[in-house]
Amino acid sequence: MDRFAWTNGLLEMNETLVIQQRGVKLYDGDDKAKLDVGVVLLTTHRLIWRDHKNHECCIALSLSQIIYFEEQAAGIGKSAKIVIHLYPVPSNKEPGPYQQSKFPYIKLSFKEHGQIEFFRRLTEEMTQKRWENTIPQTVSTATGSQTGKTRAVGIVGIERKIEQKRKETDKNISEAFEDLSQLMVKAKEMVELSRSIANKIKDKQGDITEDETIRFKSYLLSMGIANPVTRETHGSGTHYHMQLAKQLGDMLLAPLEERGGMMALTEVYCLVNRARGMELLSPEDLVNACKMFESMKLPLRLRVFDSGVMVVQLQSHSEEEMIASALDNVTDKGSLTAEEFAKLLGLSVLLSKERLLLAEKMGHLCRDDSVEGLRFYPNLF
Amino acid sequence: MHRRGVGAGAIAKKKLAEVKYKERGTVLAEDQIVQMSKQIDTFKSHLEEFASKHKQEIRKNSQFRVQFQEMCATIGVDPLASGKGFWSEMLGVGDFYYELGVQIIEVCLALKHRNGGKWLITLDELHQRVLKGRGKYAQDVSQDDLVRAIKKLKAMGNGFGMIPVGGSYLVQSVPAELNMDHTVVLQLAEKKGYVTVSEIKDNLKWERERSCHVLDDLLKEGLAWLDSQAAGEPQYWLPALFSEMSSRDVTPEEANQMTP
Repeated sequence: MDRFAWTNGLLEMNETLVIQQRGVKLYDGDDKAKLDVGVVLLTTHRLIWRDHKNHECCIALSLSQIIYFEEQAAGIGKSAKIVIHLYPVPSNKEPGPYQQSKFPYIKLSFKEHGQIEFFRRLTEEMTQKRWENTIPQTVSTATGSQTGKTRAVGIVGIERKIEQKRKETDKNISEAFEDLSQLMVKAKEMVELSRSIANKIKDKQGDITEDETIRFKSYLLSMGIANPVTRETHGSGTHYHMQLAKQLGDMLLAPLEERGGMMALTEVYCLVNRARGMELLSPEDLVNACKMFESMKLPLRLRVFDSGVMVVQLQSHSEEEMIASALDNVTDKGSLTAEEFAKLLGLSVLLSKERLLLAEKMGHLCRDDSVEGLRFYPNLF
Repeated sequence: MHRRGVGAGAIAKKKLAEVKYKERGTVLAEDQIVQMSKQIDTFKSHLEEFASKHKQEIRKNSQFRVQFQEMCATIGVDPLASGKGFWSEMLGVGDFYYELGVQIIEVCLALKHRNGGKWLITLDELHQRVLKGRGKYAQDVSQDDLVRAIKKLKAMGNGFGMIPVGGSYLVQSVPAELNMDHTVVLQLAEKKGYVTVSEIKDNLKWERERSCHVLDDLLKEGLAWLDSQAAGEPQYWLPALFSEMSSRDVTPEEANQMTP
């Protein structure tokens, strides 16, 4: 609805009214717009809507902003609608009733019918694009003699070429958007089907084998649909994640050893993706794969600290050793901040801080939290 | 001993249930899964067709990416959830954003190692630095792209977050505890890059103690630097907000003159 702008409702030069229909309510995407019922007018150039009581309340959008539109049949208690998909808001748009909208489409709800004829006329206007005919048809002065074809030369000719190029690009984009919209309609069907299946699994309507569950999960993964099924056969993992876990198990051993047995997950993400070069892992792929380390008996573990920091650590990594060495270092130097500790060990500040915090949690260190920073001392209590 | 699901009785029961469901017109879940597997194949070929025509559009046109993402969100699909997803594999959206994620992490890591350990920066600054890192032949990347990439990074729990400030965002790359009070003071300081105790008291109507407490926290976290020699009252400067005003980094000498 943020594509609409306020208007006085008067027609421009060359603009003609094609059809109007009363009893129309506007929708911002799927939500009812905060406007009353009104009259919708289709002209050769614009789609205008006017409140049926307050004629001052009048808004419009250009037909050129429409990418694609479709009918939505009436249902029980629901009027028939036309759904109109729109281009993003142009930067020079005049003010309108909505500052912003999370929806790239609006709906016209025909409470007093008339949608069939309106749809037909809208289709006609969108096909003919009569609003484009108002580009000035100036005659170009040809400096060379060209028989037959009219060659556009001179400044006007150049402008026209640019205009043509723009129309072509627009057409490409427009086609891309149209194709995209249609693709999305199909994707939406998949989403709804998957929700229906998930509900049935929950309600146990039917007998799903483990194989079928795994297959279902892989469909969800392929489509990018969040997994609503909480059955923990393999966590939210799929065969894909199991494979990944194995690969990570091999790939990370050496780097982990080099870094004292522990790496932040973001570090792992960068390392792995830089190595892959393409067909990269998503952050979620990485997390889901790491969650499977234990069940797949790999010598790595995913660990989440209290602070929320996630790390991958070697299973052989000893907690006690880590804490003991932290205590040694701090005692040795009298006190340490996370930065100083990091420099000492050659670790990241993030992980150094986690070690100090852990040692503190176990009661071996205590903190001095001042304006100068957070410093750790051996706990003498 | 009872064994569930086995034996003639159990089989008959299952058949009966199936018939009952089918009579009622309820489709069984396993039948729907079969249906879904067919639809997946069909969808995959539609997506392939779309990709063959418009794959370039996604990579080249940031507006198109925004539309694409919004449409996906509207129907309940996350095209970036997995590198194994169709969207990622066939449209290449995944690689674009996941690589961006790597670049964002690397930029933030590099900044943290600098003097002062900057782990809070404006989205603008992040944008500039990422673009620089990508080189002049790389694809253009918009701030919307960055925001989406950062949202995905959150899955790795490393404290990546975004704080709305002055119409844009501050990007946080460390799991520090910034509560509402801290955030609000940051937002207040956004216009000038610094804030004073009086300004906090006047604008937010807090008491002195609360104002000072929050400023102390920010000092502790290294987010604020105190200029005690400012005319009037001490000013608390926030380097995270500096990027617009001074594009060069503070030198070690300058840093020593300010009290961190």
